[in-house]
Amino acid sequence: MAQPVLKIENLHKKFKEVEVLKGVDLSLQTGDVVSIIGSSGSGKTTLLRCVNLLEEFHEGRILIEDDEVGYLSGPPRRRRKEAEIARQRAMTGMVFQQFNLFPHMSALRNVTLGLTKVKKLPLDEAVAIAEKWLARVGLSDRRDHYPGQLSGGQQQRVAIARAVAMNPKVMLFDEVTSALDPELVNEVLNVVKGLADDGMTMLLVTHEMKFAFEVSDRVVFMNQGRIEEEGPPEELFRAPKSQRLAEFLKNAKF
Amino acid sequence: MLDLARFATELWIARWAVAQGLGMTILISTLAIVLGSLLGIGIGLVLVYGGWIARFIVRLYVDFVRGTPVFVLVLASFYLLSGIGIQLTAFQAGLFALTIFCSTHVGENLRGSLLSLPRGQMEAGKAIGLTFPQVFAYILAPQALRQALPAWVNTATEMVKASTLLSIIGVVELLLVTREIISRNFLSLEFYFFAGLLYFLIDYAIERAGKFVERRVALPT
Repeated sequence: MAQPVLKIENLHKKFKEVEVLKGVDLSLQTGDVVSIIGSSGSGKTTLLRCVNLLEEFHEGRILIEDDEVGYLSGPPRRRRKEAEIARQRAMTGMVFQQFNLFPHMSALRNVTLGLTKVKKLPLDEAVAIAEKWLARVGLSDRRDHYPGQLSGGQQQRVAIARAVAMNPKVMLFDEVTSALDPELVNEVLNVVKGLADDGMTMLLVTHEMKFAFEVSDRVVFMNQGRIEEEGPPEELFRAPKSQRLAEFLKNAKF
Repeated sequence: MLDLARFATELWIARWAVAQGLGMTILISTLAIVLGSLLGIGIGLVLVYGGWIARFIVRLYVDFVRGTPVFVLVLASFYLLSGIGIQLTAFQAGLFALTIFCSTHVGENLRGSLLSLPRGQMEAGKAIGLTFPQVFAYILAPQALRQALPAWVNTATEMVKASTLLSIIGVVELLLVTREIISRNFLSLEFYFFAGLLYFLIDYAIERAGKFVERRVALPT
């Protein structure tokens, strides 16, 4: 088996005294689409945020193409330099529940910012890449609009373009449709699905069970800071092994 | 009764003095606003991003200055500092007092603006690989400054008004000049009214300029 793009080993995280991740192992090969499901408080969003170092973790390792993210496990374990961490963050693309577009920049500038300031591309190249991705998410005609002039679905599509334009190894999606009006959910899910079809490696936290079923190679069910069950969507959704997953699926919306 | 012809004559006689006083008011207010804002930006940054020791010290400074009447700050700058061997002219002492007064307002204003930005802005910046200084420069600062602008303009107008207090320590600004003129011709009503009009015009100009800039940097919705 080839070397995984993303490998999470025995990940532990505490908020004060409460342990929210209690030893998570997960690994993604190039092109894998993995959805994390589970009730709120199960640690799925925290897990995703650890990969991008928006949360610190206290034990275990996260590797992107064999490079340790955030910490050198040592011993002694130590945090990597901020500049290295910034470079590593650029290797993963994050899409947030609340879009988090930069409100003082046009859609185009939202996408070019990372390209010019992090990748140090010349402006014309950055604009060309940004235009390509804005076209891809169906927003070419909105390139000069500001976030305040866009609908939630359009904002989230710009946010996806912003993340994917950086050509990340892995895309991370954190409940990207939870803040959207129901009629805007599909335009965003279609974009995500298109990326999956193109072979983008993706880790998604989602409450859209039907979508997780359709798009994922594997589904991970998290419960109380651990991975309770993992497998192809057909197996997990049709024949859950654990009691908890069966209960979760019974109450989930499809 | 108001004697406009006499007032016009007296104003003509005192025109250079008035111009000088007005010039001093504008000069010292402008300097205090510029220096106070620069210092205030540093204060705001320490209050938000500083370590706890730096934050504690700056917090003491801000609370102390804001808890003291500007009038007392002016007197203290002039009389107390000389008591500990720092000899300042009236101009220097006045500028010093107005500057520290301004810096605390600007600092608190900037702190509030920075803290009001959603946490997601910082996270989204980090997520695309920006370092903290880059996140600050490209994402946080432009938004915080937009938010801080109306209160900053208000502070600027307050500084012009506060500059009248410097007449007490002998800075020859508009109010002091006005009182000298009145002591010669006793046209107190006319000249106080005239001085008031000039102060109003300065503050009105600042207000309009602020509104203009606000419109220029407003985000389209």
